[in-house]
Amino acid sequence: MTTARLQVPNRIIEGDVFKLRLLVQHPMDSGFLRDLEGVLVKRNVIRHLQCILHDKEVFRVEPTTGTSANPLFEFYLRATRSGELYFRWVDDKGYIGELRHNLVVEPANQSQAPKS
Amino acid sequence: MLPSLSRRDYLIRFLQTTVGAWGVGVGLTNAQDMSVLGRVQDLSDARLRNFEEMVAPYVVRQTMKHEGVTLSLPMLADNGHLVPLSLKVDSPMTEASHVTHIYLISQRNPVPLMAMFVLGPWNGRAELSMRVRLSGTQMVVALARLSDGTFRYETQEVVVTEAACIDNG
Amino acid sequence: MLLPITALKRCCVFWGLAWLGMLVFAAPLHAQQRLIALDKLQSGLAFTGPEILDLQADDFANPALPAMDKGAKLWKQVAGKSDKSCQSCHGETSASMKGVATRYPAIDKASGQLFNLEDRIRQCRQKNQKASEWPLESDELLAMTLFVTSASNGMPIKVSVEGKAQSHFEAGQKIFMTRQGQMNLACTQCHDQRYGIKLFTDKLSQGQPNAYPAYRIEWQRLASLERRLRFCYTGVKAEVPAWGHKDMRDISLYLMWRAQGLSIEVPSVRK
Repeated sequence: MTTARLQVPNRIIEGDVFKLRLLVQHPMDSGFLRDLEGVLVKRNVIRHLQCILHDKEVFRVEPTTGTSANPLFEFYLRATRSGELYFRWVDDKGYIGELRHNLVVEPANQSQAPKS
Repeated sequence: MLPSLSRRDYLIRFLQTTVGAWGVGVGLTNAQDMSVLGRVQDLSDARLRNFEEMVAPYVVRQTMKHEGVTLSLPMLADNGHLVPLSLKVDSPMTEASHVTHIYLISQRNPVPLMAMFVLGPWNGRAELSMRVRLSGTQMVVALARLSDGTFRYETQEVVVTEAACIDNG
Repeated sequence: MLLPITALKRCCVFWGLAWLGMLVFAAPLHAQQRLIALDKLQSGLAFTGPEILDLQADDFANPALPAMDKGAKLWKQVAGKSDKSCQSCHGETSASMKGVATRYPAIDKASGQLFNLEDRIRQCRQKNQKASEWPLESDELLAMTLFVTSASNGMPIKVSVEGKAQSHFEAGQKIFMTRQGQMNLACTQCHDQRYGIKLFTDKLSQGQPNAYPAYRIEWQRLASLERRLRFCYTGVKAEVPAWGHKDMRDISLYLMWRAQGLSIEVPSVRK
C-alpha cells in the first residue's frame, strides 16, 4: 500500500497554468541492489503513472530503474474548470496506487486576463 | 588515555583500505553486482554510450536540433541515488505546436532510458522536474519530441560522487 | 595523650584536602571527557552539501515525509486484541510525546534494560495493544518512530546517565574510544578529532544522533540510528553486531549524552 502526496496552489483561476507536485512512496527497486540480509532485491518499479482529469489523460510518465526511489514528479496543467484529479500508477508487481484530489478552479473575472 | 594515530599511520591505513577497495571493485566483472560496483568510481564494466546510441531508439530520420531545451542538474551530485533534474522546452503548447514526448536518457546506467513523459497542449507548459539515479559520472540527455515530428535536445555532464565507506546494505 | 597541635593541624589539612580532592575528581568523571564542547556541537547538516539541505528544507518533497504520513496514519490505527490505537491512550503526539525523544535511550523500569525509542514502541505495541510484533527496521516501526520523534522537534537533547544508566553510558563511551575493525579506528578519531575534514568527497561529521530516524539517500529509505551505527562498523571493517544488540543501545546512550543540548531535527535527509 503506497502513500502519495500532492501539492497544488491554494487558489487556481481559470486559465492559469499551475504547477503540480506529486511525491509517491515507492522503493523503485532496481533489481541491482541487496537488502539488509544480503539478498538481491527483485526489480519492482512503477511502470507508468497517469493523471486523469475530465476523463482525459493529461499527464503520463513511464519511469524506469533510472528514476529515484520515492519519486517526485513536477509538471504543469492549464486550468479550465473544477473537477477530480485522479492519479493512478501501476508497478512491476501489478499493485495499483491511486490518489484523488478535488481540483477547485475559480471562474476567471471578465476583466482578468488568464495567466500563463 | 585516548587512542591516537600519528598522521603517518593514519595515512598508511587509509591508503591500504582505499587501494584494497579499488582492487575489489576492479576485480569484480559481474555487472549485476551493482551493490559493490556502485561504490567504485571506475565502473569499467559500465561502458559509456555515445550520443547517437542514446537517441537512436527515438530519432530515426527526423530533424533533431540542439536548441530550445533547458536542462538543469547539479554539476556535482552528492549521491547517485537521488539527483534532482529539471527541464523546460520552449514551446507555445498550443494544439498546433506542442511537445508530445520527453525522454531522459543516461549515458552509463544499466538501463539507458530513465523516464519518458507524455505531454500535450493541456499542460500549458513543457516544464517538469523529477529525481533520477545516475550510476557514475556521465552525460544526461533530455530529448523532446514536438508535434511536428521533429526533436529538440540538450545535454549535461554530471559528476557523481559516492559514499566514502563501502556498504553492502 | 594530646597530639601536638602541628601534627593535628597537618592531619586535618591532609584529610581535608583528600576529601576535597575526591569530591572534585570523583564528581561526574565523564564531565571531564567531553571532547567536543557543548557550544561546539553541530548537526550533520553543517557537513553536508546544498542538495541535501534543499531536500530536507522542502516541506513537501522531503523524501522522509511519506514515512511521516504513514506514522501519523499508524498512530490512529486500531491494532491487536486491545482494540486500541496509540491515540486511544496517548491522544495527540504534540502533547503526550513532546520531549520523549530527547530522553531516549532510557532504562525500562520493568526489565531494568536500556531501551531505545524503537524498543519502547515495540514493547508498548506488544504488551499494551497486544498486537503483532513490528520487527526492527520494519517500515511500520520506522514510520512510527519518526512520527513520535517529530513531537520533540526543535527540543534540546537531555538523557540521564545516572543510576542504572551509568554502566550503559560507560560501556558506550568505552566502545566509542576503542579501536575496532581491520581499519583499527576508534569512533573518536574521526568524529571527535577530525570532523570537518574530507574523506573522499564527504566531510566527516561529528556523528551526532539528533536527526534519526533519517532518510538516508544511500539506502533510499528511512533508517534508524541502530542501522546507521551498524554501518559504522562496516565502515571500519569490524564485525557487525546482531540486530537488537546491547552495544548499539549503549553507544546510542553515549551519543545522546555527547549531544546534550543539540536539537532534535526530523524529518531529516542524509547521504
